[in-house]
Amino acid sequence: MSILVVVESSEGKLKKASREAVCYAAQVGGDVIALSLGDTPEAELATLGANGASKVLNVAGSFSSSEEAAVAVSEAMNSIDANLLVMAQSAKADMIGGRVAVKQDAALVSNVVGLPDTTNGFSVKVSIFSSKAFAHVALKKDKKILIVSKNTVDVKEEGGSANVEAFSVSLPDSKVKVTGEEKASGDILLTDAEIVVSGGRGLKGPENWGMVEDLAKTLGAATGCSKPVSDMDWRPHSEHVGQTGIKVAPTLYIAIGISGAIQHLAGVNSSKYIVVINKDEEAPFFKAADYGIVGDAFEVVPKLTEAIKALK
Amino acid sequence: MKILVCITHVPDTTSRIAFTDGNTKFDSSGVQYIIGPYDDYAIARAVELKESNGASVTVLNVGGAETEPTIRKALAIGADDAVRVNAAPTDALFVAKQIANVAKNGGYDMILMGRESIDYNGGQVHAMVGELLGIPSLSPVMKLEVDGNAAKMSREVEGGKEFVEVAMPFVAGCQEPIAEWRIPNMRGIMTARTKPLNVVEPVATDEAVAYVKYEQPAPKAGVKMAHSVEELVDLLKNDAKVL
Ligand SMILES: Cc1cc2nc3c(=O)[nH]c(=O)nc-3n(C[C@H](O)[C@H](O)[C@H](O)COP(=O)(O)OP(=O)(O)OC[C@H]3O[C@@H](n4cnc5c(N)ncnc54)[C@H](O)[C@@H]3O)c2cc1C
Repeated sequence: MSILVVVESSEGKLKKASREAVCYAAQVGGDVIALSLGDTPEAELATLGANGASKVLNVAGSFSSSEEAAVAVSEAMNSIDANLLVMAQSAKADMIGGRVAVKQDAALVSNVVGLPDTTNGFSVKVSIFSSKAFAHVALKKDKKILIVSKNTVDVKEEGGSANVEAFSVSLPDSKVKVTGEEKASGDILLTDAEIVVSGGRGLKGPENWGMVEDLAKTLGAATGCSKPVSDMDWRPHSEHVGQTGIKVAPTLYIAIGISGAIQHLAGVNSSKYIVVINKDEEAPFFKAADYGIVGDAFEVVPKLTEAIKALK
Repeated sequence: MKILVCITHVPDTTSRIAFTDGNTKFDSSGVQYIIGPYDDYAIARAVELKESNGASVTVLNVGGAETEPTIRKALAIGADDAVRVNAAPTDALFVAKQIANVAKNGGYDMILMGRESIDYNGGQVHAMVGELLGIPSLSPVMKLEVDGNAAKMSREVEGGKEFVEVAMPFVAGCQEPIAEWRIPNMRGIMTARTKPLNVVEPVATDEAVAYVKYEQPAPKAGVKMAHSVEELVDLLKNDAKVL
């Protein structure tokens, strides 16, 4: 069986989640072939061999729409006769996956959090209700697409390097014209970050975010916020974490002056460890936390930053 | 301009999530249903466009008769008429096929919906509808302005946003800050009662996925409280081993 894995990179480096997706496919078992769309350096792509890819197909060019990307992915599936497509969860993967599912008449599931169970058909565990529950879903078509959540499998590095082959497809004319872009502030992507430091309404105003940024910088963390904070324009919308914002799954999530409303928790409850800093010992967030400290953020946060600096 | 807005009928964000029948069914007892929060942005933007540019707004829901109060709420917010495809929304491809079937002869200039539902969170339906109709699909769209026969949008991409232009028709999965949520006013609620709500039967499709069994997450072990910053740092270093 051949398995196709679509990999993504940013600034020429493969994303960790894409390596996880290749490892995931390798654990499913079969000939794992990766597909890269865009301009990741060949040397970087070859390193996917260590994660379990036997070969990497490389489609050069820029992809401004998911329509184009889906054509490339679907043709790659046909050319290697793949009946399983694996992608790491991302906005792009969701857009491509839906289109490929239609082209290939495939069964598609996203938010996958476990390896397939093939004892009786083919089923996988997925998270639902914004990680408040899980479901076991059976895929009932010959062709299958799995969009896998971050941290579902560990990244293994053991094989050698993979052959990188150019793969050419004729793409449809894109009806989507990209006219510009804007980089989010901060160097660390919220969705990729291992540590996230978030602030809520308890911080009183945008002028008080300096201490949040200092702590984030000390930890190498990305910054996030609660919904009212971005609604009031204290912080950009791209930092809004929760059910209606970005869902994060870092190793460490530090919540400062956030009460822990259920909609906020829905975006953070896949974090490995949650630390809550709140002056109200009754704040609901403590019930969802691993570690907590009751105190005034304006005293606790600068002290915490200094103590962590002292450790390093 | 004709706008189709697809909405989900989902448990309120504060609902207790539980299952019955040996964990094979969602327990809907005592659950309040709402328009999906992301779909609520889509309907709000559609109504804004109706007010600023002139448009007719049709809402569409794939669901049983129990979803009609949710559909009426969308009519109260300002949609002109509604279609309910009379079927349980079992999986993304099934729902997408129903939407595409309604849309294919409707002459809609844009099809708006939320970026994802908040029950199954699939986030796939907009892409599938785009593919089924052979038109572009974009998501998550945070800004949408009409400019002649095209739309200018900003969409979230990893690490920032991208500005794009796309000719109508298209499908967009919406996310804040595309619009502000709207609360229906009294007049809206009154007029919604008499707006047309057409019920159509689904097109048949084969089953792609089946939800076999549900499971609750394991409860948290309980919070460890630190009484000083030093103690917190010690816990993070030696207990969690994250520093
Ligand atoms: C449909 C829907 C979707 C939603 N989606 C989201 C979402 O995606 N994300 C989200 O975040 N919210 C969401 N919300 C809003 C959510 O319900 C809460 O209103 C919001 O999360 C509260 O934000 P907060 O914790 O920053 O503010 P508050 O609830 O006001 O909490 C502030 C906290 O700061 C503490 N505090 C005050 N001063 C200090 C101090 N000096 N030091 C330490 N602590 C202090 C207080 O004790 C309090 O606990 C949604 C709501 C709805 C209805």
